[in-house]
Amino acid sequence: MTDTVQSLEPMIPALRRYARALLRDRSAADDLVQDGLERALSRWHLRRAEGNARAWVFAILHNLAINRLRQGARRGPHLPLEEVAEPGMPPVQDDALRHRDLLRALDTLPEDQRSVLLLVSVEDLSYAEAAAALGVPVGTVMSRLARGRERLRQAMEGEAASAEVPHLRRVK
Amino acid sequence: MSQRPITEDDLHALVDGLLDSSRQAEVDAYLAEQPAVAARVDAYRRQRAALREALAPVAAEPVPPELNLARLIEARRRPGRVPWQMAAAVVLALGLGGSGGWWLHGRMSPAPAGIAALAQQAAESYAAFVPDRERPVELHAADSATLVRWASTRLGRQVKVPDLSGQGYRLMGGRLVPTTQGAAVMFMFDDDRGSRLVLLTRPMAVDRDTPMAHRDDGTVQAFTWATEGNGYSLVGSLPPATLHPIADEVRQQMRRV
Repeated sequence: MTDTVQSLEPMIPALRRYARALLRDRSAADDLVQDGLERALSRWHLRRAEGNARAWVFAILHNLAINRLRQGARRGPHLPLEEVAEPGMPPVQDDALRHRDLLRALDTLPEDQRSVLLLVSVEDLSYAEAAAALGVPVGTVMSRLARGRERLRQAMEGEAASAEVPHLRRVK
Repeated sequence: MSQRPITEDDLHALVDGLLDSSRQAEVDAYLAEQPAVAARVDAYRRQRAALREALAPVAAEPVPPELNLARLIEARRRPGRVPWQMAAAVVLALGLGGSGGWWLHGRMSPAPAGIAALAQQAAESYAAFVPDRERPVELHAADSATLVRWASTRLGRQVKVPDLSGQGYRLMGGRLVPTTQGAAVMFMFDDDRGSRLVLLTRPMAVDRDTPMAHRDDGTVQAFTWATEGNGYSLVGSLPPATLHPIADEVRQQMRRV
């Protein structure tokens, strides 16, 4: 069990952050992380030795989050109960507002783009690790990342949804 | 010098700091000449930094007590974890199996043979091993070479493990299972959602070549067939329309032994 603890414990803050960013609700996110840790503990010995533990644990958490989000979608629109900025460490007012707007814009992205954006940009998973965690090919991760980033950029810049990202060719 | 065109993937890898230095130099040179693209890449960089900044406070919070790993492990070890309903069901099943089952034996139905017996044994293996959280398999997938060698020796013929990755299932491992007709080998698979499948295989004396048959036990479905004296039964708690194509895939792969 000690190697389990040594591998799993350092991941907990990141797992909480990912769950919170997806669910936007502190207690729902921590419940989800608890479910995920219990599941990871019970299945730890079934982990593929050659596999990446971080991607494996994120896969467990992601699948639980998706189930939760789908249940929520059936119950009606999701209303975030709590913003991420915490009392006790008051940020500069401007920053707090900017962060709130950013996370709200992130909420408007389709779930599959949001997950990739968070796993890659915030959780520092490699493209291959994100692909493993989401159970999709790397090419799918790349296209979701490109669409997610562009959509979030346009949302933040207040642009109307414009034409697709131009196809890039090196000219010379 | 490389003439590979700069791709959208390169731009994102640049933002995420995942390019090697020579490719990064090429992308930087390209961006120096393409101000519009460079502005977009800059926006992605700022977006990445802002997301990290906005979410950093969550990871900095002290971990709440319900996520204390030592306590979660302790809670798993506590013997009182078996819910009483499950304990009651075990007692009931033992009672039914012990008395009622024996009374029914030989009165209600003749002992099944051929693939009907195999389907029954596969369903029994599923019921016994799939709910097991501690040790559902005896040899894990990491030891699959040992597992295949052991299984082949015990069944007296070459045993092959189907590759169900195309169906989203991975091998968890396997074990030897006793049946009235001798030893059988059980392989267990699971997917990312924790859904488990059992494949039971053994040599067949009766029904040596039989087309696929479906058995519906309510919650558990079994698809069973035999090819060249080898019987196979795939059991899962999936809709028949989902399980059937997986069974077809197993049959297809087993033909190529």
